[in-house]
Amino acid sequence: MDRPIRVLVAKPGLDRHDRGAKVLARAYRDAGFEVIYTGLDRSPEEIAEMAIQEDVDVVALSILSGAHDVLVPKVIRLCREAGADDVLFLAGGIIPDEDRPRLTEAGVAGVFGPGSDLDEIIRFTRENVRRKVPR
Amino acid sequence: MAKAEVQRPGTGPGEPDSERREEFRTLSGLPVARVYRPQDVADLDYERDLGDPGQFPFTRGPYATMYRGRLWTMRQFAGFGTAEESNARYKYLLEHGQTGLSVAFDFPTLLGYDSDHPRSEGEVGKDGVAIDTLADMETLFDGIPLDQVTTSMTINSPAAILFAMYLAVAEKQGVAWDRISGTIQNDILKEYTAQKTYIFPPRPSMRLITDVFGFCSRHVPRWNTISISGYHIREAGATAVQELAFTLADGFEYVKAGIEAGLDVDSFVPRLSFFWDIHMDFFEEIAKLRAARRIWARELRERFGARDPRSWAMRFHCQTAGCSLTAQQPENNVVRVTLQALAAVLGGTQSLHTNSMDEALALPTEKAVRIALRTQQIIAEESGVPNTIDPLAGSYFVEALTDTMEAQAYEYFRRIEQQGGVIPAIENGFFAREIAEASYRHQLALKRGDVTVVGVNKYVQEDEAPQPILRIDPGIEKKQVERLRRVKAERDNARVERCLKELAAAARGTENLMPYILEAVRAYASEGEIVGALKDVFGVYREEPIY
Amino acid sequence: MSLADSVLAGDRRAVARAITLVENGTPEGLALLRAIYARTGRAHVIGVTGPPGVGKSTLVDAVATAVRRDGQTVGVIAVDPTSPFSGGAFLGDRVRMQRGVVDPGVFIRSLATRGRLGGLSAAARDVIHVLDASGRDVILVETVGAGQAEVEVMELAHTTVVVLAPGLGDEIQAIKAGILEIGDVFVVNKADREGADRAVAELRFMIDMGRWREGAPGPWLRPDEVKAGHEPGAVSTGVRAGGTGAAAGGGGAPGDGTGAGPAGWTPPVIKTVARDGEGVGELVEAFRAHRWHLARTGGLEARRQRDAEAEVREVLLARLVAAIAGDERIQRLHGDLVRRVAARELDPHSAAEALLEAVRTERS
Ligand SMILES: Nc1nc2c(ncn2[C@@H]2O[C@H](COP(=O)(O)OP(=O)(O)OP(=O)(O)O)[C@@H](O)[C@H]2O)c(=O)[nH]1
Ligand SMILES: [Mg+2]
Repeated sequence: MDRPIRVLVAKPGLDRHDRGAKVLARAYRDAGFEVIYTGLDRSPEEIAEMAIQEDVDVVALSILSGAHDVLVPKVIRLCREAGADDVLFLAGGIIPDEDRPRLTEAGVAGVFGPGSDLDEIIRFTRENVRRKVPR
Repeated sequence: MAKAEVQRPGTGPGEPDSERREEFRTLSGLPVARVYRPQDVADLDYERDLGDPGQFPFTRGPYATMYRGRLWTMRQFAGFGTAEESNARYKYLLEHGQTGLSVAFDFPTLLGYDSDHPRSEGEVGKDGVAIDTLADMETLFDGIPLDQVTTSMTINSPAAILFAMYLAVAEKQGVAWDRISGTIQNDILKEYTAQKTYIFPPRPSMRLITDVFGFCSRHVPRWNTISISGYHIREAGATAVQELAFTLADGFEYVKAGIEAGLDVDSFVPRLSFFWDIHMDFFEEIAKLRAARRIWARELRERFGARDPRSWAMRFHCQTAGCSLTAQQPENNVVRVTLQALAAVLGGTQSLHTNSMDEALALPTEKAVRIALRTQQIIAEESGVPNTIDPLAGSYFVEALTDTMEAQAYEYFRRIEQQGGVIPAIENGFFAREIAEASYRHQLALKRGDVTVVGVNKYVQEDEAPQPILRIDPGIEKKQVERLRRVKAERDNARVERCLKELAAAARGTENLMPYILEAVRAYASEGEIVGALKDVFGVYREEPIY
Repeated sequence: MSLADSVLAGDRRAVARAITLVENGTPEGLALLRAIYARTGRAHVIGVTGPPGVGKSTLVDAVATAVRRDGQTVGVIAVDPTSPFSGGAFLGDRVRMQRGVVDPGVFIRSLATRGRLGGLSAAARDVIHVLDASGRDVILVETVGAGQAEVEVMELAHTTVVVLAPGLGDEIQAIKAGILEIGDVFVVNKADREGADRAVAELRFMIDMGRWREGAPGPWLRPDEVKAGHEPGAVSTGVRAGGTGAAAGGGGAPGDGTGAGPAGWTPPVIKTVARDGEGVGELVEAFRAHRWHLARTGGLEARRQRDAEAEVREVLLARLVAAIAGDERIQRLHGDLVRRVAARELDPHSAAEALLEAVRTERS
């Protein structure tokens, strides 16, 4: 039995530009994923807690405020501290090229800038989900 | 429209009869016919529908002389890091011929958090300047006499507070309030539908706005008390028609609110201004601006009974569409911005912000900002475009498109009315749903290639060289928090507390809150403290889960 | 420590992982259920149902907060529909649940219906068991706001609350008929809006009419009367409200303690403004009163019986379907039989008979 992949689409940071997050959430749903959307204005602690409780396979962080360098690594650290060590982390939004290495180092598997192709994000997610899908 | 029944006038003998596409549409999905002819504008009545510039219904422009009298204000949005750094950037821009200042605030400031709030972590000074207290505002305008510039502040939910700080700076500079001019965005309705930097629920938010209207009509007569913004609605994914309709509907709602608050229509409406997004579809944007002026004039005169022509004439600011800029091949953005700026000028804008080519990547560099400004200067001083007013009037296509947009806007007004008005439509998620739907359709169109974006889904180029971008010093947060701490230590805390208490008490009643906010600001109460006092009375607003 | 032990110890990560396993019907999940089942049955399971957008999620958030204030722990299961087209789902209730996110006393899990009709996830029961075993005092289950009679939720909850809102329009009239029977508690949310009092009165009237038709004697106490404490010697609010029916001076309804139905219980109608937490305290009291009523009248035991029956039946059906799907020969037979039924060569009963027979012989 194939189970759907569960994704947490998260909006850390104070920017409230959720257009990208919502379009992504919808695309994931239309591609057969189960999508949990955090809503705006979530602190790293809240996002990590949701990722744990929902036992998601993927956490996709959308952030446009420029605070990604602080907030994204924090979410990942909190998730790992709580034992969620097999989650795939993705980051999207306005992320300058030169910030990518730091995010990758922090544990982000894929960084998707503005104008990224939705199909590409979905394909990447499918191929890189870390957890074996129970059958 | 008329695709099938066209008698193909362009098809001479031997010419191929096929077209590149099945159908042609504007970026917002309005059908475009092969050609337009007199019969497409047969109903057009010059006096009724266009009028001369400066004449009702102002379709051709709010002023009789337009750019022959004075060019539009070139206003570049800037602000980042600390107040000192932004102050330096303002001075740089003024030296380079910019004529108005435009302040961008960081997210904590937009949302009423002080820089030392836990939720501000990582955000301070990132996307705009961090302002916590009057001390920061004093620094921001240090050495810039407020009676010699016009200042536009992009601030909404806490607009009354930041505006009070500006007024307090004027006081300190010894500049009388009736000699300062500028704009605060102060448009809360579109926050609920699009941009989402709301704090309080809609009703108390509307009260803060009408308080500003009332206060300014008495004390700051040259200030534009609101900039009713389609920009963010459009950037959230709306079509041009939705931007037009939702923004005007918001505008009418503010007029109603002012009247209900006991103000005379003609005492505050002349200070209302608008703010439009100018996207890629050249003629559609021009038609949108012309239709906006016509609808506003007609409704103000006929529905709201305004008598002062200044209440009828819509004035607006335009900005080129940030969402149309691409991170890929960013130099191409210069060309996009040029086309958009030209559309704004042909549409008769009063002021204009041209985006910098690297905005899709990060905060703009100095060079990119300069090119953006030069773009406006070239249109203004080299192209000859501003020399005659509304040169596209009478174009079969532009007039037909103006009519279509107007008709579709009225259709939306009807649907909004059906739901009981703007606020109920916000509360039931109507706007957000309509926008989300349009946004998703646009995404799909992009994916299918129905809409071309050069460098993104066509003419893609691999191995792009990285662009130089502006970095915000991560040490700013510490510096700003330190600064706030110092101010809090040095001020008279008992006075702050008293001011906040009085403000909260007034908020529970119906008095105009501006004098109370001013008192708190003068005492160096922080923005977060003032917002906190109001939150206790007003509550907070939570978003609608529309996707 | 085994996963089951960690679940029983209330470890959040283990609970989350266990829910995934049972939701996916994995062998590990089944083993886990076996291991923890004896430790379930403690929690008060409250089903929350009602038309879309009436404020169920907001109310659940508010109830969770109120229950936490009293020192109890909460589990929340929020169910949203799976898209029949893509198999994906958008689980949006998190947006509404603002308060308890980082409180270790609250555990929220979103589930998709995954093809199941009726507003619940097929795994809902099993997920309840996991949360129950992990020591949650109260479990709130929010169903999809399908707008149909969600009888199912009633079958797995001790207390079913039906949430309505003023101004929902005529379709509600139609729904009311179906939901009147399933509600143990009724809520008119968005009481800040016009028409709340009228909605309460109408609802009250319809509930009383229904009970009158069922032959229960009146008069029945209204919630305000209950709150005012009409019963002498009440020990706690719970007792007082619980006494609304049978034990209360004015009630004296028959049949207390004999059935799972609402014997002796007059469903209260409570006005709330979920967004501001107004009326939520009263609602929580009503939940406790109902639970107390069930315990006192034997209804709790009866519901346990009924639930067990329903659950076994459900699992049985699911197993049967799985047995058919899992065996190539039987699946082929199934296909053939269905075709013949469609062609009117065979009646459905005979087809089922033949399938059962096939499963039986396969097993032995
Ligand atoms: N005016 C008012 N609005 C409320 C109240 N409670 C909830 N809402 C609003 O009602 C809308 C729907 O709330 P939800 O909690 O998502 O409703 P729901 O029943 O869970 O919705 P679905 O799960 O989609 O069926 C939101 O906009 C809430 O803010 C209330 O007491 N008064
Ligand atoms: Mg819900």
